Amino acid sequence: MTVIFFLWPAAQAILQSFLREDAFGLSTTWVGLANYADLLHDPNYLNSLKVTAIFAPAVTLLSVGLGLVFAASLDRLVRGSRVYATLLVWPYAVAPAVGGIMWWFLFNPTIGLLPYLLAMVGYRWDHSLQPTDAMILVVIAASWKQVSYNFLFFMAGLQAIPKSMIEAAAIDGAGPVKRFFTIAFPLLSPTTFFLAVINLVYAMFDTFPVIHATTGGNPAQSTNILVYKVFVDGFIGLNLGSSAAQSVVLMVIVVALTVIQFKWVERKVTY
Amino acid sequence: MSAIEIAAVSKVYAGGIRAVSDVSLLIADGEFIVLVGPSGCGKSTLLRMIAGLESISSGTVAIGSRVVNEVDPAARNIAMVFQNYALYPHMSVYDNLAYGLRNRGVPKADIDARVAEAARMLEISPFLDRKPKQLSGGQRQRVAMGRAIVRKPDAFLFDEPLSNLDAKLRVSMRGEIRQLQRRLGVTSVYVTHDQLEAMTLADRIVVLYGGRIEQVGRPLDVYHNPASTFVASFIGSPAMNLADAEVSGGSVAIGEQVMASGVAGIADGKLTVGLRAEDIQPDESGTGVPFAVRYIEELGAQRLVHGSVEGRHLTMALSPDVPLADEIRVMVAADRLHFFENGSGRRMARRGA
Repeated sequence: MTVIFFLWPAAQAILQSFLREDAFGLSTTWVGLANYADLLHDPNYLNSLKVTAIFAPAVTLLSVGLGLVFAASLDRLVRGSRVYATLLVWPYAVAPAVGGIMWWFLFNPTIGLLPYLLAMVGYRWDHSLQPTDAMILVVIAASWKQVSYNFLFFMAGLQAIPKSMIEAAAIDGAGPVKRFFTIAFPLLSPTTFFLAVINLVYAMFDTFPVIHATTGGNPAQSTNILVYKVFVDGFIGLNLGSSAAQSVVLMVIVVALTVIQFKWVERKVTY
Repeated sequence: MSAIEIAAVSKVYAGGIRAVSDVSLLIADGEFIVLVGPSGCGKSTLLRMIAGLESISSGTVAIGSRVVNEVDPAARNIAMVFQNYALYPHMSVYDNLAYGLRNRGVPKADIDARVAEAARMLEISPFLDRKPKQLSGGQRQRVAMGRAIVRKPDAFLFDEPLSNLDAKLRVSMRGEIRQLQRRLGVTSVYVTHDQLEAMTLADRIVVLYGGRIEQVGRPLDVYHNPASTFVASFIGSPAMNLADAEVSGGSVAIGEQVMASGVAGIADGKLTVGLRAEDIQPDESGTGVPFAVRYIEELGAQRLVHGSVEGRHLTMALSPDVPLADEIRVMVAADRLHFFENGSGRRMARRGA
């Protein structure tokens, strides 16, 4: 099973990355590492790396942060929280592309609600022209769905903290905010690190539909993250070799990040 | 160090469940009070109301003449030891002890001194750099006590602190808690369901049942003069024997058998008689009540003989060198009997006694 479903496709991708196919798919030539070498000299690819380096951490930070804030406020609420929890979980059931379109509508410069509100405070929002606006849009759209996922994990994490520990801290003279930062948050650190890994991987791999539905990688490549570029070059541009090489690079980056995080987690988070 | 005054305190939960009903209690400065009762009797709720972890539905709690109903737990200047210790797992033992002091802005040098003092007193100095996970149950218990001591609070509140320890450790920690409390002289309220802990630790025992106080008194007073059948059966091991009996003309009979005669000050009629296991003695003259032996529990220093008189189950505690047969004759001194009203279970006072 593992071989058929995981190793074989991965091997195919790696093999593909060493080949160059002609425009009509009639012949393939072995080009060795040429695809990789080309990538390193392609300013568009380097730009895409940079974009991803901003996008992925931003999505992770925003979605994990908001998930934590919502879970913590729910934990304080205690009663009547079922409705609130259910509402927060909904976004996770929404298809990413639909979520993307929803945010695209909300932020649409001509018909969107948010640009209208922003215009009132004097900001001219236009994500089809402004790279910063576009980046903010895709980060929000991509994070939105993840927030509910993170929220669920944080809620479970908070509920796993013995109530008496929080009470002991209360008797020890720590107010609610201090209790959260000195007791609850450190105790949640395994959850936080787990979610950081999951969300980082999500941001790098699974955000393609969101980009596709909102900006399409534009303006001026400013939101063209690695995984989206893999899609564009491979399926639109039909440059399969280069696309495969990019996906291999992406895979290596994610694997490396995950290994680093888990190494760090194991050392730092256990108590 | 302060007295604690609990005045007509009740706790009603949403849904109308009364956990504590109209409890009043005056705890003297430096006194060691043990709240004891079966689970669900409201003892923990009462303690948590003193601590401020539970709101007070009605009545007032005052610590050192200050009513604290609306005061935050932090501002009540109490320290609490929890059943699961509630140590902060991500902090070292030192930080666990120092946490409450840091939150109150105690100077660093002062914290160092107080932590060192508490650690020395509890013999946990070698573990100050360890995390709670690296400690044994008994050591964690000491850390939890240390966290209470360093704060120099007005009162210690203990919520079943020994119930997670094994039997042997429990006995030794019990002794240490008692000595520590004596030495520090801090008013203490201790919750337990273990009547033995209550007997051994308390200056005064408060027996709670169904959210109400059944009896307050010194351990031996409660043992020798239980105020109700509930207290009689709860305090003391083995539990006091209780049997339906009838008094007529100063003699007490279980069924057809007259257990004792010459009882003064009790009106004739049906009632419940209480007999401590150690007060039932074999009657060497052979004229006593026949006691059918069912089975024997050997405890070493004594043996518990379970049997029946007129079909009522009774337990007696005998020295191991008393010879036993299938049926022995027993007697009880008239002044050792306890009488309780049928129905209410209240203790009946002996008129003129």
